[in-house]
Amino acid sequence: MTGVFLVGLIGAATTLLLIGELLRRRQLREKYAVLWLLVAPAIAVLALVPSLLDAAADVVGVADPVNLLLFLGVLVLLGVCLHLSWECSRLEEETRSLVEEVGLLRHRVDRLERP
Amino acid sequence: MSVLAIVPCFNEQDSVAAVVADLHRHLPEADVLVVDDASTDGTRDIARLAGATVVSLCVNLGVGGAMRVGYRYADEHGYEQVLQVDGDGQHDSSQAPLLLDALGGADLVIGARFAGTGDYDVRGPRRWSMQLLAAVLSRRTRVRLTDTTSGFRATGPRATRLFARHYTAEYLGDTVEAIVLAHKAGLTITQVPVVMRARTTGRPSAHPVQAMLYLGRVALALVLSSVRKFP
Repeated sequence: MTGVFLVGLIGAATTLLLIGELLRRRQLREKYAVLWLLVAPAIAVLALVPSLLDAAADVVGVADPVNLLLFLGVLVLLGVCLHLSWECSRLEEETRSLVEEVGLLRHRVDRLERP
Repeated sequence: MSVLAIVPCFNEQDSVAAVVADLHRHLPEADVLVVDDASTDGTRDIARLAGATVVSLCVNLGVGGAMRVGYRYADEHGYEQVLQVDGDGQHDSSQAPLLLDALGGADLVIGARFAGTGDYDVRGPRRWSMQLLAAVLSRRTRVRLTDTTSGFRATGPRATRLFARHYTAEYLGDTVEAIVLAHKAGLTITQVPVVMRARTTGRPSAHPVQAMLYLGRVALALVLSSVRKFP
């Protein structure tokens, strides 16, 4: 086993531990953790059995296996970004509804408290 | 007939009192609701002193957000007619009865600046944007609309109820999407030519770069409104 694969293995383990700890402390909701929990073991498997990557690159027709790995990495990051943008839009819409509701309620409270 | 005039305001302390007073003068039977969109100046107190009901938002939501608050208020309190008037004083309240009269035959009435009356004029990319909007929306709604971004509007009960639930807060969403939304909901739309005043405060954005950006946003808003799912 070369150093590179050791790095991959350690990286995967650290990711898993970090996500696990965040989940345990209720700092991270499951829906954001699922993707990372899937990615980490995949990295670990590739680190342990590097020939899998070569085989996959061969099947897909990518000359350099590393390029396949980088491409997949970018794809995963893109997916995560998109997911976060989506969640952000939903949060903004929810915030907006709350601000509207608070404004209307504050007006009612003001009117009720007026002597 | 109960009428509510909604005035969305963001830092309009220099003009809001005059707007409220004008509305009281020209529409004595109407209640005036100022939606203060998290202003940092004295808009809220000045509007209240001028005799308006004021709903203050704690976070700035933009015109669309402020207007949905207004429509929700109107819907909850059972107003039959709602008038939207800008807080910067560019809309002439003496024209308001024209808009409300037109509600007899339509659910959404738009006070149009380029329809023959008045001398409101813009040039360059901003004018193209407005013309593009007018052309596309007229075609889609099969009603001749010449000034789709006008914030001088009146709605009947059906449109008010619709807007109280669905009114986008996005830039241009309040004008462009509202028209498409009303059309898709099967409401009738019409326009009434109105005279506009020069703004009493503030200046219209006329920088060429801004105007080009505006054109881009208009195009995006049009594309989005055509493919978006409407409830």
